[in-house]
Amino acid sequence: MLAVTIEAVAKIGFMFLLIMGFVPALIWAERKGSAFIQDRTGPNRAGVLGIRLAGLIHPIADVLKLVFKEDVVPAQRHKFLYAFAPMLAMIVAMATYLVIPFGDYIEIGGRQYSLVVADLEIGMLWVLAVSSLGTYGVALGGWASNSKYTFLGSLRATASMVSYEITMGLALMGLFLVFGSLQITEIVAGQGDLIGGWLPKWGVVVQPFGFLLFIAAVYAETNRTPFDMSERDSEIVAGYHTEYSSLKFALFFMAEYAHMVVGAALIAALYFGGYQIPWAPRPWIESNAGSLLTGKLLVGAVLLLVIASLYFRRARREKGWYNDAREREPGFLGSVCVVMAVGMLGALGLKPWTIGEAGASLVATFFQTGFFVAKIAFFAWLFIWVRWTVPSFRYDQVMRLGWKILLPAGLVNLVVTALWLAAVHS
Amino acid sequence: MSYKGLPDVVTTRRRNMLESAYFVEIAKGLALTGKHLVKNLFNTDKMPTVQYPEQKREYGPRFRGRHRLTQREDGSPKCVACQMCSTVCPADCISIEAGEHPDPSIEKFPRTFTIDLLRCVYCGLCEEACPCDAIRMDTGIYEIAADSREAFVVDKEFLLNNDKDGTL
Repeated sequence: MLAVTIEAVAKIGFMFLLIMGFVPALIWAERKGSAFIQDRTGPNRAGVLGIRLAGLIHPIADVLKLVFKEDVVPAQRHKFLYAFAPMLAMIVAMATYLVIPFGDYIEIGGRQYSLVVADLEIGMLWVLAVSSLGTYGVALGGWASNSKYTFLGSLRATASMVSYEITMGLALMGLFLVFGSLQITEIVAGQGDLIGGWLPKWGVVVQPFGFLLFIAAVYAETNRTPFDMSERDSEIVAGYHTEYSSLKFALFFMAEYAHMVVGAALIAALYFGGYQIPWAPRPWIESNAGSLLTGKLLVGAVLLLVIASLYFRRARREKGWYNDAREREPGFLGSVCVVMAVGMLGALGLKPWTIGEAGASLVATFFQTGFFVAKIAFFAWLFIWVRWTVPSFRYDQVMRLGWKILLPAGLVNLVVTALWLAAVHS
Repeated sequence: MSYKGLPDVVTTRRRNMLESAYFVEIAKGLALTGKHLVKNLFNTDKMPTVQYPEQKREYGPRFRGRHRLTQREDGSPKCVACQMCSTVCPADCISIEAGEHPDPSIEKFPRTFTIDLLRCVYCGLCEEACPCDAIRMDTGIYEIAADSREAFVVDKEFLLNNDKDGTL
């Protein structure tokens, strides 16, 4: 009993840290990335003792500011729902993640632990059910604020949820037909095969059309541009969170990014092989663990040294620019990189190429989990990239796209997939 | 009649099938923004942004900054308190109290000369109206900040000793 509890708590803790680590990084990427896309420099002022990390301190400063701000609330609000809505948004974002595996299994002390918090047989239904609950956070928040703008925002969020949830379900049904299971661990495991010996059997390869439908639906579900109707600044102030301030606003804000992480994780797990590394199945990694680990340490050390040299070059160039603590930053970061590189080279002294079988299994787990995190990072970045590229759809255009184009397209995709599978299997 | 040979009615081209599917066009857009991103990522020094408190923009010599009163050789103001500037001022921010000057060829001098910098619209009409070149706006100072409204009402002494390094 105790072992099971510890196992669950450890996995939930890892998942929580993963999402909560992604949130400030994404806020930073949103601000810095949009700045670079628009030829601006973006945030570069907030710093601790001159260490600014290219603006990474700003999310921390923002949260500190929001914690200490006065909580201004509308007088005629619904007291309970107004406070409950941001919590609901956050809880739902976290709960969706429970069924997504972040690795195959980890072997500790001869026992295998699967790296998923709840390996539900109806995992995909759980995702569909819980992620649509996320709209309740938005809808209740907008309604409980008792303001016309927030009300419009929550109405729009509800409308887009109703329209795009169907597309999402239809796109996923095609995937269920191909992999024959609703269990996400099985779908991910099924994506480790190769088609014809060279093409990875990823969801995007077997269901390219379904993937496009799914990604459109996920963007609508997470309220991101081009489907950001529920918080469109130019039309309805800030949408559903207009009347929120202080920590409650921070919670809504973080929930939005947590939803993005979950959306990215879903795309990565269902359509891009999850933790599977293409052309490198787990047995292959385990048998080559020693040389892979050595290579990783060497490549990592070389990369860190290159970064360090760039930092030192910058330290020389920026000498005398500021005349304060900020001038020490590049030199300090360069030194940190050198220390890490030396640490990696020092780890070579432990002879990682003679790693044992248990160690090999751990290495394989770490490589796979790392790969999954990298995929999540890419798709989370894609959310931001698309937001600063594509203009938003008008409300009626969103509805027309959802009902008249994506819904029939999803049906066609489902029927064609079913017919194709029937032809292959008969 | 069409204007400069342009058609009266501008017709927009209909989207073709590929463009209506959005995804190709979105990919093109992503390529464009991505190009900017990568370019700026490796050329952070070449960005047009002015890092304001450290870097400042160069302004031309005709830039109208905070006012100053010019001095005679003995350090007294050139101003003869003729009230031309305060009359022409559209913001009504200059107030002058005249006094009798001991030198009969000068006749008058400003006993007080105050400008409310919060009311001033920096139009430069006072400079143009002045017959004695006594008031000028050539200090180039545009960073004007203070803790109270009273501090923005500056007097004769301040305006006489107002140069580029002066602070409010």
